[in-house]
Amino acid sequence: MTKHEVTLHINGEDRTLVIRHADTLLDVLRLQCGLTGAKPGCENGDCGACTVIVNQLPYKSCIMLAIEATGHTIMTIEGLKHSPIQRAFAKCYAFQCGYCTPGFIMNAHAMLLHDTSIDEPTIQEWLESNICRCTSYEEIASAIRMAMSTMNANLPDNSKPNSPST
Amino acid sequence: MIPIDFQYVAAQSVAEAIRQYHQFSTSDMSTRYYSGGTEIITLARLHQLTMDAVIDIKPIPAAQVCSIVEEKLFLGAALTLSQITSHPMMSRAFPLLQVAVNEIADRTARNKITLGGNLCGDIIYREAVLPLLVCDSMVRIAGPNGAKEESIHRIFRRTMQLKPGEFIVQIATDKIYRCAPFFHVKRRKMGKVGYPIVSAAAIRLQDNIHIALSGVCSFPFRSRTMEDWLNQKHLPVHQRIEEAIQIIPPELILNDYEASREYRRFVLRTVLEETLHQLGSA
Ligand SMILES: Cc1cc2nc3c(=O)[nH]c(=O)nc-3n(C[C@H](O)[C@H](O)[C@H](O)COP(=O)(O)OP(=O)(O)OC[C@H]3O[C@@H](n4cnc5c(N)ncnc54)[C@H](O)[C@@H]3O)c2cc1C
Ligand code: FES
Ligand code: FES
Repeated sequence: MTKHEVTLHINGEDRTLVIRHADTLLDVLRLQCGLTGAKPGCENGDCGACTVIVNQLPYKSCIMLAIEATGHTIMTIEGLKHSPIQRAFAKCYAFQCGYCTPGFIMNAHAMLLHDTSIDEPTIQEWLESNICRCTSYEEIASAIRMAMSTMNANLPDNSKPNSPST
Repeated sequence: MIPIDFQYVAAQSVAEAIRQYHQFSTSDMSTRYYSGGTEIITLARLHQLTMDAVIDIKPIPAAQVCSIVEEKLFLGAALTLSQITSHPMMSRAFPLLQVAVNEIADRTARNKITLGGNLCGDIIYREAVLPLLVCDSMVRIAGPNGAKEESIHRIFRRTMQLKPGEFIVQIATDKIYRCAPFFHVKRRKMGKVGYPIVSAAAIRLQDNIHIALSGVCSFPFRSRTMEDWLNQKHLPVHQRIEEAIQIIPPELILNDYEASREYRRFVLRTVLEETLHQLGSA
């Protein structure tokens, strides 16, 4: 089994790791970095439990090789602190067992990084990437709406979505 | 965990990819081009695919283009489906492709799945090929014997017919087809994400319908004989559709956990009816 040294930029830190080229990002995060927030669910690209953010876009880390992520900025749920979406998930009780929660939060956070004035069909489209076995879908959608309004309320007046200059 | 070991290299140019392929082959290493990698990873994890090396073609600039030159739209094979759907030019340049790829997989997976990967994958649906089939697209291929451009109809016969060492670099599509009136529909067993029971992409060109289908058989296809029946406007719609469906050998219609053969045939009938109505050919 050939192993290679690579450096991954994870949650603001450079991590030098010895990996197989065939290692998925999910396995490297969990087994080598001790970052167990990204969860293995289907490991087939279907459930979204393993979602992380790479260069501001959500990716399912079970269908990405760790080596592909070299030179890119990786953020896992452990790197997300006190964000509006985390607070909104807690306030809206947007989870039951919590297994899917990191994946949903990373996906929702990436969506809000792109835009804070997202319409309902777009929210539904993004949420379809993740599965919640406990069916907390309504509460998760409410949490996204809450996070969105918190973020918009904190914007300077002239950059709010409905301000005359936008 | 992926139970096999393989070497990964990223190619920065078409020439480098071909050179790497040659180098691995001369060392007796089985090699695959790697684009989004989602199918390679999932099938390798299930012991359904093995290789000694993969060559990542994503960094190749020619495989990342999205541009119009002399009314031809060139799309790089390594563009992700999200890049295709979100490109500001696409809603005017090739709206049928934009709509069709937006129905493949889900929002997050589309950040990784690529156009070339969908066309060349083993998973039977390959829905991105449908717009290319109805639009008579051209496929730009690089390989050990140099570069070539082939009609999609020559190179895609049920699956992509590439020779060892060849890979798709770009797809080129003429304006006359990509800007024609179009219709796309995908019918699934349930929900808004998942494989199709039937998906169809169609355009209307000079009063004729071009249509390609996925999900009906174990491969996507466009049939001129089916189109001939659908375009017989002097016949009642019902008869045109029944004759068109008769063209498909019954045993080729999929009969699986997604849908029975009979149900698929029923869905196909409604899809064809909707297509003819939407494109003003009913
Ligand atoms: C969650 C999920 C949902 C899906 N849903 C759908 C769906 O609804 N409809 C559908 O049609 N498909 C669907 N798929 C299947 C997916 O589109 C295919 O598996 C596709 O092959 C993945 O693309 P990729 O870029 O990741 O391919 P890769 O894994 O990189 O490659 C797949 C194959 O194509 C070859 N290849 C890749 N690029 C090229 C190229 N440029 N030239 C030559 N060979 C190449 C590779 O060598 C490999 O054999 C889904 C997949 C996932 C993970
Ligand atoms: S574990 Fe990655 S998508 Fe399910
Ligand atoms: S909260 Fe249990 S799976 Fe979503």
